[in-house]
Amino acid sequence: MTTLLEFEFDNVKRGNTRRAAQIVGVVGSGQLEVLIEPAELDGKCEIVVETSAQGFDEIWRSVLDDFAAQYPVADLRISINDGGATPAVVNLRLQQAIAEVLDV
Amino acid sequence: MSDVLPIPQESYLELSARQRIARICDKGTFTEICGPEARRKSPHLATFGMPSAFDDGLIVGEARLDGRNIMVAAQEGAFMGGAVGEVHGAKLTGLLLRAADRAPDAVVILADSGGVRLHEANAGLVAVGEIQRAIFTARDAGVPVIAVIGSANGCYGGMSIAARSCDWVVMSGEGRLSVSGPEVIESAQGAGEFDARDRALVWRTMGGRHRYLMGDADRLVADDPGAFRSEIVSLLGQSRAITLETLRARNTELKQRIDTFGAARDGTEIWQAMGHSDPWRLPELEPDPFQAAVDGKRRKRA
Repeated sequence: MTTLLEFEFDNVKRGNTRRAAQIVGVVGSGQLEVLIEPAELDGKCEIVVETSAQGFDEIWRSVLDDFAAQYPVADLRISINDGGATPAVVNLRLQQAIAEVLDV
Repeated sequence: MSDVLPIPQESYLELSARQRIARICDKGTFTEICGPEARRKSPHLATFGMPSAFDDGLIVGEARLDGRNIMVAAQEGAFMGGAVGEVHGAKLTGLLLRAADRAPDAVVILADSGGVRLHEANAGLVAVGEIQRAIFTARDAGVPVIAVIGSANGCYGGMSIAARSCDWVVMSGEGRLSVSGPEVIESAQGAGEFDARDRALVWRTMGGRHRYLMGDADRLVADDPGAFRSEIVSLLGQSRAITLETLRARNTELKQRIDTFGAARDGTEIWQAMGHSDPWRLPELEPDPFQAAVDGKRRKRA
């Protein structure tokens, strides 16, 4: 079975211009796709990860903590389908997704 | 003399499915149907511990091309080799039936697929049958269906059957079209029958140039999104008849083809029999000289 991980970050509202939902990346071996959507989440940023790799919950927490610290974005839902991407690849795709959806 | 290499032209082969749609269609006109935010994921893959994709590896929608209305589908080869699963197939079938209803100037299928997604077994096989029937439904309604082949996975298995059910096949030399893939043939028949590691042999027997010579591909283009776009534009609104007579003519042609070339061991033997005196040169030619060399010496679809 795949593993479903859910994270929530309580972030500062920054009032960036938001565009419609965007998708970056493709699910492949060592690759992932990131779907990023504006959502009414009371200022929170929600990240859901579905991954085929088992036992990496803490690594995901670390990577996403770093991301949330770097981009304190609010009212976004980020959904990830992961084919075993490394932390560096995850971070790059998240940055790309943010650039697609926000004027940052 | 400059030591700076020229920037290569963009390669259609290397683009993602979404990039291909963006390059082929008029800028900013593509509207996706059943996009990733709808989360129509495969209901089967999680059973195998495999990640699924929000679009199930197929992007479908409506767009304009050269100012005309088209519907377009693109398979994402990086997700499971572009293989056709239940949802993937249902999206393509749905698009074709929508086309039969709404009569756009074409349905353009940007193929990139190894065939049926074996993890989904019968659901994938049924999906291919439904796609083929929907292609005929769209064609019967007068909507031209154009298969476009020039991607890394080629067009194999069930998708090759779907492609040859279309009105038109547009290919690049880099594209491949065959029912069974090289590895499948080698596994089943042995390396003596077909050496899948011989890449040149693969292209001499399944590649775009061979398919164009045999009349399986109607247009041969360079590996350039702009070249693909121009050829697709030239086919908009043009249907081929699909009647009992055309099917019979086609069957006769295929019978004649196997009678004439059935003993050949390589593409080069076929090309020689077709009257090409230096067949080993053909795979090496650039697109334009190739066209000049084969003009008048290629088969055409009945």
